Amino acid sequence: MQTYTLLREFADSWVLLAMFSAFVFVILWILRPGSRKIHRDAGAIPLRDDYECVDEVAAYKSDKETSSHGKISE
Amino acid sequence: MNYLKLLALGMIVLIAAMAANWAVDLAYQVHALLVMLIAAWVFIRVLRGIDPLNIPQSTPSGYNDAVVRVGVVATVFWGLAGLLVGTFIAFQLAFPELNFDWGQPFTNFGRLRPLHTSAVIFAFGGNALICTSFYVVQRTSGVRLFGEQLSWFVFWGYQIFIVLAATGYLLGATQSKEYAEPEWYVDIWLTLVWVSYLIVFLGTIFKRREKHIYVANWFYLSFIVTVAMLHVVNNISIPVSIWGSKSVQLFSGVQDAMTQWWYGHNAVGFFLTSGFLGMMYYFVPKQAKRPIYSYKLSIVHFWALTFLYIWAGPHHLHYTALPDWASTLGMVFSVILWMPSWGGMINGVMTLQGAWDKLRTDPILRMFVLSLGFYGMSTFEGPVMSIRAINSLSHYTDWTIGHVHSGALGWNGMITFAAIYFLTPRLWGREKMHSTAAINWHFWLATIGIVLYAASMWVTGIMEGLMWREVNELGFLVNSFADTVEAKFPMYVVRGTGGVLYLSGAVIMAWNVWRTIYEPKPSKRNARMQHQEN
Repeated sequence: MQTYTLLREFADSWVLLAMFSAFVFVILWILRPGSRKIHRDAGAIPLRDDYECVDEVAAYKSDKETSSHGKISE
Repeated sequence: MNYLKLLALGMIVLIAAMAANWAVDLAYQVHALLVMLIAAWVFIRVLRGIDPLNIPQSTPSGYNDAVVRVGVVATVFWGLAGLLVGTFIAFQLAFPELNFDWGQPFTNFGRLRPLHTSAVIFAFGGNALICTSFYVVQRTSGVRLFGEQLSWFVFWGYQIFIVLAATGYLLGATQSKEYAEPEWYVDIWLTLVWVSYLIVFLGTIFKRREKHIYVANWFYLSFIVTVAMLHVVNNISIPVSIWGSKSVQLFSGVQDAMTQWWYGHNAVGFFLTSGFLGMMYYFVPKQAKRPIYSYKLSIVHFWALTFLYIWAGPHHLHYTALPDWASTLGMVFSVILWMPSWGGMINGVMTLQGAWDKLRTDPILRMFVLSLGFYGMSTFEGPVMSIRAINSLSHYTDWTIGHVHSGALGWNGMITFAAIYFLTPRLWGREKMHSTAAINWHFWLATIGIVLYAASMWVTGIMEGLMWREVNELGFLVNSFADTVEAKFPMYVVRGTGGVLYLSGAVIMAWNVWRTIYEPKPSKRNARMQHQEN
């Protein structure tokens, strides 16, 4: 049997089935119960820049504080 | 450690000098000299106790934004270079006299064309992807970039790759594979750089403080991993001589063609789509100041794209020696691909829900939305063109060129410009871009430029396709090839004009970025610091 024929046999049967079921599984997994909260949380990641280790964020935070305590005098 | 570095660099200088001496061809010789000079320069820097490549010794706290800053500058620079060459070769097609006699063979269309494609895709697009991915992965992981020196190696290594590739094309070193033209030693260098890129990106994700890996990072990661795989497999070749640039491909005939278009189409799919979608999923929510419309849909978008795109390549090889089943497979997957693409587009556009009014006031957001519009348009046009019957008309015509450019100028170009406008003020501590009016000018110049480009290419493409297949009642072909070339002239001029408009938009952007960086006015943050000192 040629390598091509053998590989083609696999590709057309088990590999196809495995890839397709992996895809279906992934989609079903996304829709699992309880995922809504996780996804809502994950979706907000870009909008929360509040890590202490980061100087940029420190500036961002102090920005907020100053704005809540009144305007910066010129 | 520094002694080892010096030893290695010294060896590189020595070997490069030998290579320059024994070089079989000009391109190889020039490259060997370039490598020798770069290695010698780094050697001297290390020897003098200065870190190579001028790495700023910043404190290991906060984000590593220095490497992102140089990336933004490099993106602007290569964008201008690539668009300029593109506009020039557009006019070369309209006016062949522009293939100057004194410049032969270095400045003819055949050598400048790969310079244009590589400059816009890999230099402009690649730098945009590297610098935005470094920016995004730090923000969405809440940690500093992994690998201080390694990230600088990725940046400078990638620039060296671009210079080697670009000079190689002009000097005639090419392996004649579209979008994979660089010869073997440049390919090996890029592999090293790319693996380092993967390590920097993955390392940052591994030490993240955020529990979830944000979806933009999934897209970036799939772009890095897939491009590595595509690059290695499509460039399996054996050099004819270790002292020459010529190499021979391991695959031959239709296998080679299939490997090439498996690479070529997935370069579109994972470089120009997945990577840029990573940008989209971060910058659009940021600019609209609201989370992505549906996070679930974004994950479905990711997996559907990843599972489907990899099969679409054979649609480049309709009516060739490739078996029919393979090209049918490619065609079917291309058509199915339409769905996740539009899902992603809708997801991006609907993020503006409740904030549509911002489109009127915020030209950056308008640019993002326009780029999504072009993403939707070209991911609709692509599947249509992949259908065998339509491909028999469109293939080898300028319709293909028009399609590529509506995707590249509209989707990739516009989203990159918008990301640059987003990043520049933040990276250089300015409140906003120097001139909002200039962003508006850029938006309209670029949009009209794309419209001229795409429309003229549709007309000329369909026209030449129909002219090629036109037969008289006796079954003879009516038109010669030269007839179609003559008929296309007006559209070629329109296309070149569109290019000029698009390029001038980019020039305005470069000016705007320049003025923002060198703004004499202190930013809000600087003003605050001065205030505190007082």
